[in-house]
Amino acid sequence: MLTISDNAMEAVADIPDGATVLIGGFGPAGQPVELIEALVQSGTSGLTVVNNNAGNGEVGLAALIGAGRVRKIICSFPRQHDSHHFDAKYRAGQIELELVPQGNLAERIRTAGAGIGAFFTPTGYGTPLAEGKEVREIDGRHYVLEYPIRADYALIKAYRGDEAGNLVYRKTARNFGPVMATAARTTIAQVHELVPLGGIDPEVVVTPGVYVSRLVLVPREAAPEPEEGQ
Amino acid sequence: MSQNAADRSFEGRLDRNALAALVASDIPHGAYVNLGIGQPTLVSNYLAPGSGVTLHTENGMLGMGPEAHGDEVDLDLINAGKIPVTELPGASYFHHADSFAMMRGGHLDICVLGAYQVSATGDLANWHTGTPGAIPAVGGAMDLAIGARDTFVMMNLLTRDGQSKLVPECTYPLTGLGCVSRVYTDLAVFLIEPDGAVVRESFGIGFEQLQELVPVLLRQ
Repeated sequence: MLTISDNAMEAVADIPDGATVLIGGFGPAGQPVELIEALVQSGTSGLTVVNNNAGNGEVGLAALIGAGRVRKIICSFPRQHDSHHFDAKYRAGQIELELVPQGNLAERIRTAGAGIGAFFTPTGYGTPLAEGKEVREIDGRHYVLEYPIRADYALIKAYRGDEAGNLVYRKTARNFGPVMATAARTTIAQVHELVPLGGIDPEVVVTPGVYVSRLVLVPREAAPEPEEGQ
Repeated sequence: MSQNAADRSFEGRLDRNALAALVASDIPHGAYVNLGIGQPTLVSNYLAPGSGVTLHTENGMLGMGPEAHGDEVDLDLINAGKIPVTELPGASYFHHADSFAMMRGGHLDICVLGAYQVSATGDLANWHTGTPGAIPAVGGAMDLAIGARDTFVMMNLLTRDGQSKLVPECTYPLTGLGCVSRVYTDLAVFLIEPDGAVVRESFGIGFEQLQELVPVLLRQ
């Protein structure tokens, strides 16, 4: 059953210390900045966060890491020119890093949502990131066994949501949102537009409402009106 | 050998743009292609409008256009290097798991990647130097290397201190095993074949001189 939250603080209020949280976005695109900032304000700590990166600049995930709330991050590409909050915590030994090839990260999240127990992937075979993992040769090709990443919460950003929780995204801001929405017990989506039932053509729904627990409207501020989102 | 010495020795060597143009001319009409971050991105500048090549970016798009400027900039539309780009007619968007399934499933014809080292058997090292204290980051490199049907590498053949980056065995941490099929360098193009490395063409250097620089048995 979908809840429409009045604001981002209310939407994230029950996330407890120590939770595993999937956070959407690829760098800044698709990052649910307002939900993350609410998490910073709520004071929740000891989090395990799953994201492609480890924060950019000062806002969103970077602020959460900078505030010392993240115990462990699972990501593919932590080091960037503006990842100084992560870099400092990592060098000080204050954050644990699990580095995962990007496709394996996406598939580990997808399989969690799809009820798969584990899967064999060719990505990473023979590299340091497969060390200690079970391997198998299938039809002459080598594979590594990888396990799903299930989470307590997912925080994602979509372009438009309706009162059934159906979501559509916009351009490359879609990235991890649809798979993360499926892999958490509670998925919280911030949307730029909230429309009534029937406000989204069922043929173009990307994330069906069954995957979404809470929606919160976060209008685009002072940004030029984007063209029609799909 | 210093880089300056190397520069003086090989006057016909290709610069980065000429190398990018060469790679572009080798991409067949109608191919689906992923260009890695850095030097490989230059290849897009040399794909003619009629080339029929469709660019994939692993953050969820086919039909990626050139870099966006001015009013075109849209922060919801970026490439894998997080640079704002544009969309071409016929473009499509998809989520990350689909994007990497597309790659791993062998649906992309070619990816072009940079490298620290490539071995004579096509092993690739391009994500980590293994330097103590360096923060590792892998991104989509491992998925791309083994996913595309052909993996091309673009790099300078020699390091700054004159060491060949085409090596008998990689000493840097591996990205993928036996995945590279072709190596485009400033001094030569190498085909990695089941029985070893073949020099397809060279630039400003003869075969014997090339063989002296590269500690891998080469064939013409």
